[in-house]
Amino acid sequence: MRKYFGRKLFTYTLTFFIAATIDWLIPRFMPGDPVAGLMARQGALSPEGAAALSKYYNELFGLNRPLWEQFFGFWTALIQGDLGRSVFGHGRPVAETILSALPYTLALLIPAILLSWWAGNTFGAMAARRKWLDSAVLPVGYILTATPYMWLGLVLAFVLAFLLRIFPLSGGYGFNLEPSLTWAFFVDLVAHWMLPFLSLFLVGFGGWAIGMRNMIIYELESDYSRYLEALGAPQSLVRKYAFRNAMLPQVTGLALQLGVIVAGALVTEIVFSYPGIGLLLFNAIKSEDYFLLQGIFIFVIAGVLIANFLVDIAYIVVDPRTRVGMRGGTA
Amino acid sequence: MQRGKTRVLSLLAVLSIAASACGTSATPSPAAPSGATPTTAPSAAPTTASAETYPRAETLYTAGKQWGAPSTWNPLDTNNYAMGVIGLQYETLFMYDPLKDVYTPWLATADSGWDAAKTTYTIKVRPGVKWSDGSALTAADVAFSIQVWKNPALASVLWTFVSDATATDDSTVVVKFSAPAYAEWAQFLYQNAIVPKAVFEAKNTPDILKFTNENGVGTGPYLYKTHADDRMVWIKNDNWWAKTALNLDVKPKYIVDVVNSSNNVALGQLIQGGLDLNNNFLPGIASLVTGGYNITTYFAKPPYMLAGNTATLIPNTAKKPLDDPKFRLALATAINTADIVNKVYGGIVTASDPTGLLPIFSKYVDTAQRDALGFKFDTAKAKSILAAAGYKAGSDGFVTNKDGSPIKLTLEVPDGWSDWMAAENSIAASAKLAGINIDPQHPDFNTVIADRNRPDATAPAKFDLIINNDIQVGNTPWTWYDYVFRQPLPNGTNETRNFEGYSNADAWALTQQMDKTPVDDLATLKTIASKLQKIQLTDMPVIPLWYNGVWSQVNNSVWTNFPSDTGNQVLPATWNGYWNMGAVLMLTQIKAVPPAK
Repeated sequence: MRKYFGRKLFTYTLTFFIAATIDWLIPRFMPGDPVAGLMARQGALSPEGAAALSKYYNELFGLNRPLWEQFFGFWTALIQGDLGRSVFGHGRPVAETILSALPYTLALLIPAILLSWWAGNTFGAMAARRKWLDSAVLPVGYILTATPYMWLGLVLAFVLAFLLRIFPLSGGYGFNLEPSLTWAFFVDLVAHWMLPFLSLFLVGFGGWAIGMRNMIIYELESDYSRYLEALGAPQSLVRKYAFRNAMLPQVTGLALQLGVIVAGALVTEIVFSYPGIGLLLFNAIKSEDYFLLQGIFIFVIAGVLIANFLVDIAYIVVDPRTRVGMRGGTA
Repeated sequence: MQRGKTRVLSLLAVLSIAASACGTSATPSPAAPSGATPTTAPSAAPTTASAETYPRAETLYTAGKQWGAPSTWNPLDTNNYAMGVIGLQYETLFMYDPLKDVYTPWLATADSGWDAAKTTYTIKVRPGVKWSDGSALTAADVAFSIQVWKNPALASVLWTFVSDATATDDSTVVVKFSAPAYAEWAQFLYQNAIVPKAVFEAKNTPDILKFTNENGVGTGPYLYKTHADDRMVWIKNDNWWAKTALNLDVKPKYIVDVVNSSNNVALGQLIQGGLDLNNNFLPGIASLVTGGYNITTYFAKPPYMLAGNTATLIPNTAKKPLDDPKFRLALATAINTADIVNKVYGGIVTASDPTGLLPIFSKYVDTAQRDALGFKFDTAKAKSILAAAGYKAGSDGFVTNKDGSPIKLTLEVPDGWSDWMAAENSIAASAKLAGINIDPQHPDFNTVIADRNRPDATAPAKFDLIINNDIQVGNTPWTWYDYVFRQPLPNGTNETRNFEGYSNADAWALTQQMDKTPVDDLATLKTIASKLQKIQLTDMPVIPLWYNGVWSQVNNSVWTNFPSDTGNQVLPATWNGYWNMGAVLMLTQIKAVPPAK
């Protein structure tokens, strides 16, 4: 058990280190000077004025130190949780900026991933053995899974928000409200959350439904299923065993899909101007705020790696062969 | 079999009920003028507090200034403060109206002015003005607000010509000048905020810009209410001094400024009535104005928008053949500006005066000289100028340098600025007809800046041609001439003027003389301007093309009586520096639309 986790942790830490280093390198080797860009965006400062201001910014972002010093500084700051300062936010700490946007993205991602996975698997399993449901689920599922997240988001926004006016068009919560622990605010929050959630949920649902359907059919055609049926076992028992076996590739699939879903969430947030990490990323790219970009990518890297780690743990819980294999010392 | 079907159908039924429940309790988008408060959930859960909501009829929704979350409310951080910090929360000594060229006494009274020798300026502070914490505005605050600009972190040139600013009593500040720069001092009077000494004195260190001043103390018509990453909310200050002193009452109780996300979201919000005033550049706005959406602009007909700044083609005069004034004149004559105005902008901008001065400065233009020397679009004339100057056309139709080497000029605009990207293609196309080979490029913003700035005092910049529009409306044409003629040439990240690298000692001397001329001495200013225009029109250091607009479109469903050329003539913008150029008056003039019965 320890060896298994030890190896996993080592792999993840190494991946994080390499990814973070690449992430750190990119802004410093791009053409153009971010501080000059920031100053130029600020309009017609007098040249004397600009001199002192550019010195201030260069010191603030640590750009006037040698590269190796910046690299060490980056890691010491990272361990302390300081992701630097945002160029476009005029020196606002990146960690603060990201943390204020993170709850919205998590509120989208976690329900969307879990619900679409659960609902997709359930519907897929049911579709595997009912012809009438299968002929409905299969084409719908294929269409949904092939749909790009933001296109579905745009369609939902146009139909449900712009034309039918059931849900709001954009934003995290109404511009006429202030955050408060009241029912009305919660309902407004959910109303704004619904469309971005639906775009993620529907696409994921389609994918999982098809995958599960195929897996169940495969399992129910396998030797052990046929044998159990021949022995006279009840259908529910056979299906229970088949379901458990079909789950395993779906769990693996979840780990593999995490990166895609996160990317999808980022893009969906842009469509709805939902104030999460995705919109932050979009604005950071538009304003070429390298330090904010750097911080967001660190977060995304860490998030995906942690989620992968959690799926690894889930695998141990779900698959007895992994447990046995670890005790055998070959893991 | 039957059980399976029932299970599925019941699941679908539950989902549809849940969906409809969500639908009925969702907040409707604030489109209909009849709604005062948005509907809350029908089934009230047992929370006693009610959500703080801003009644639609008392709220003004704006957008267009704030790119990125509001991060600072420090009025001394002049480029970064959130929408409205200067103008709504903090105020200036005078308010300047560029459309009428009038300085209105604001926190200063009309008794303020120069002495006979014009070396000392006395500020008389308006009595009865209170800060939002209840304390009185005194001369000590005003004197501090001038002295604070000595702080090197603020990077101001004020103290290069001001030598002293002292409060002689509770309502008088005497400002002494070492070398009076009247144009720049006049700008200080209407641009720089008066801040409370009690709050800012302790913060007056080199770290002064790190002080974000959230929920600050100001004299203005609005107070800080709240903010989030996507909005800035102001609430009306019921104790605003101008209510009694000038009989001005701002109408909206709340102003909610929405952070810009993308043009299509802004457009959707404006059409649906979620925004009242929008200052984004929205292409195609001309068709919306006539489309029955209750959207209006300042002018009911083209150009729809007031002119806000001049989009100028800037040649790098350190490079061949752009170092030849005749070539630059030929280039100017070859560009079809009407094409840009009509095709690229759909008529919401106008072509620039050849002098580059905005329409508000038309009184400084020597019209006879401009008509004689000013360039106009004429492909044939451009060709003849080129031929006469010795640029022969090669076999490909493009002119070459005098030594025979080919000419290929790169024109750079920032990537993503779609209107400029379209404009540069138009420029390249019309220049081609005259034989000038222009290659339009759009690298990312930082690369354009890196190419634009001179790396140091000796080396020239990398670019060939760029488009720039840094100089906005203001109180004096001096800003434009400083932009064109500044000496010595700035360089590095500090470069904000004279991008073309044009050195003319006479022109710079005249520009400095303009700065030292009192702003009300129209006769002298016109004489100096005329001489400067002659130099500019003969040597063509820059090529003014069109006036970018003060983009402003309003939805009249909830608020009406916005500024227009037939109604109240004030600037309809929420951008930095515009509130104190008269836009605050807009808030006192708009009227709430009575709810539909």
